[in-house]
Amino acid sequence: MSFNPAEIKKQFPILQRQIDGNPLVYLDNAATTQKPQAVLDALSHYYTHCNSNVHRGAHTLADEATRLYEAAREKVARFINAYDKKEVIWTAGTTEAINIVANGAKQLLKSGDEVIVTEMEHHANLVTWQQVCKISGASLKVAPITDDGELDVAAFQKLLNGNTRLVAMPHISNALGTINPLHELIPMAKSVNALVLVDGAQGIAHGDVDVQALGCDFYAFSGHKIFAPTGIGVLWGKAEILSDWPVWQTGGEMISVVTYDSATWGELPNRLEAGTPNIAGAVGLGAAIDWFSGLDLEAVKAHEQLLMQKAVELSTGVDGLIIKGNAPHKIGVFSFIIEGTHPADIGFLLDKQGIAIRTGDHCAQPLMKRLGVPGTARASFSIYNTVEDVEALFKALQKVKMMLM
Amino acid sequence: MSLPTTDEILDDLAFFDSWEERYKYIIDLGKALPAFPAELQTPDRLVKGCQSNVWLEIAGDNERIEFLVDSDAVIVKGLLVLVLAAYNNKSAQQILAFDIDAYFKQLDLERHISPTRGNGLKSIVARINSIAKAALA
Repeated sequence: MSFNPAEIKKQFPILQRQIDGNPLVYLDNAATTQKPQAVLDALSHYYTHCNSNVHRGAHTLADEATRLYEAAREKVARFINAYDKKEVIWTAGTTEAINIVANGAKQLLKSGDEVIVTEMEHHANLVTWQQVCKISGASLKVAPITDDGELDVAAFQKLLNGNTRLVAMPHISNALGTINPLHELIPMAKSVNALVLVDGAQGIAHGDVDVQALGCDFYAFSGHKIFAPTGIGVLWGKAEILSDWPVWQTGGEMISVVTYDSATWGELPNRLEAGTPNIAGAVGLGAAIDWFSGLDLEAVKAHEQLLMQKAVELSTGVDGLIIKGNAPHKIGVFSFIIEGTHPADIGFLLDKQGIAIRTGDHCAQPLMKRLGVPGTARASFSIYNTVEDVEALFKALQKVKMMLM
Repeated sequence: MSLPTTDEILDDLAFFDSWEERYKYIIDLGKALPAFPAELQTPDRLVKGCQSNVWLEIAGDNERIEFLVDSDAVIVKGLLVLVLAAYNNKSAQQILAFDIDAYFKQLDLERHISPTRGNGLKSIVARINSIAKAALA
């Protein structure tokens, strides 16, 4: 298969936009990815031809909608190599997926139990566990990172002991791009019989996710980080764990038998999916996975590394620019500061030139504190970004420097 | 330095053709804003935006409320000068009577007061108004 980012870019209508008269250069892909025409078409087709509620209704539309919706679940299951499609629970996104696990954990953990997170967590995988610990009496342990933004594996191992009940960690850091060595870390956690939850928000579009090979118990991700709509995400969990996991929301769809005094819960996946789901979102995610899987994923990765190399190379020409996150294994996340300037000023003046990046604490305030910065400017690359986009970023940065200094 | 008046600012900005000149002007206003004493950068003086911090301190009396402001982002500092031009050393009544939306419109600052720009401009206007209201209560 061939891979041509300029051709791919043409499949994303939004990338043809202009901002203040400049062509849009979208470099905020760690926040959300844009949607290809194939996904837009799937959404439009669903609402134009098949819209109906699923799993009920004695009519053709209901059948068609249910078929599309369940086919999307199968696509996700295949994409992440789940053991069974019933292990794929639809959620609103990564945050809700983590909260489903946290909601159960807070009922199951007790004083004396320990939960481990890392210093590179997004608030979604930090505040949730902090609150679980507060409510359950368990203690929260934080595995440190090095100055380069890599997890300190030896220190992580030292935190593990017979009281460790759960390890929650990101596959890939959203703020720094660091890829965690899950194949090393998960067996360590498993050696003390801890449950392992992987926050896959950044991993899903970059990490060759194979939940069986990883050996984790839960993997959470959002559709919108992999070219699908917002408002749809997935909690994958091993069937033997999820079938007894405390239910999340209660209501329709998730029950088996209901009386005025009691209710019994349905089977997986329904028991964790109360109410009418985001059907169009699921269909859109299925379409996004089809589209993404059609690409040469090795070439995609190589291209992203090329963009990153180009960024690092061009950054040496910007006085005072310091890259935050220098792990040897990282995705195309270019997080930086420029001495004597504030990230918000950089972001604003880049936007005036059509360059979209993210600035701030990236929902990781403790990590920013650890790095000794109030925040960073972050350019994050995706498959439709070109070397010209990276060059445009640095050309624009020169103007930013000129204006601010 | 004495702060420019709203009329001076509107005149100056009207003179520029390019966004670069407009923002260079705002950046220079920000740089010229007197330093805010570090010991005043306390949490209770913080008007927090998502992307940068803004601090606000008041002095003077109801007849002439004096505002000291600071931010860690220089464009925000410059924008604060634009806001202070409208409010600084005014009475509580004058502050409440000022049509800030019309002023922002004249400045063409829509982008800065949009909901995604967590730079505290809107919050600082709200804070200044509540200070003025409290002064009259």
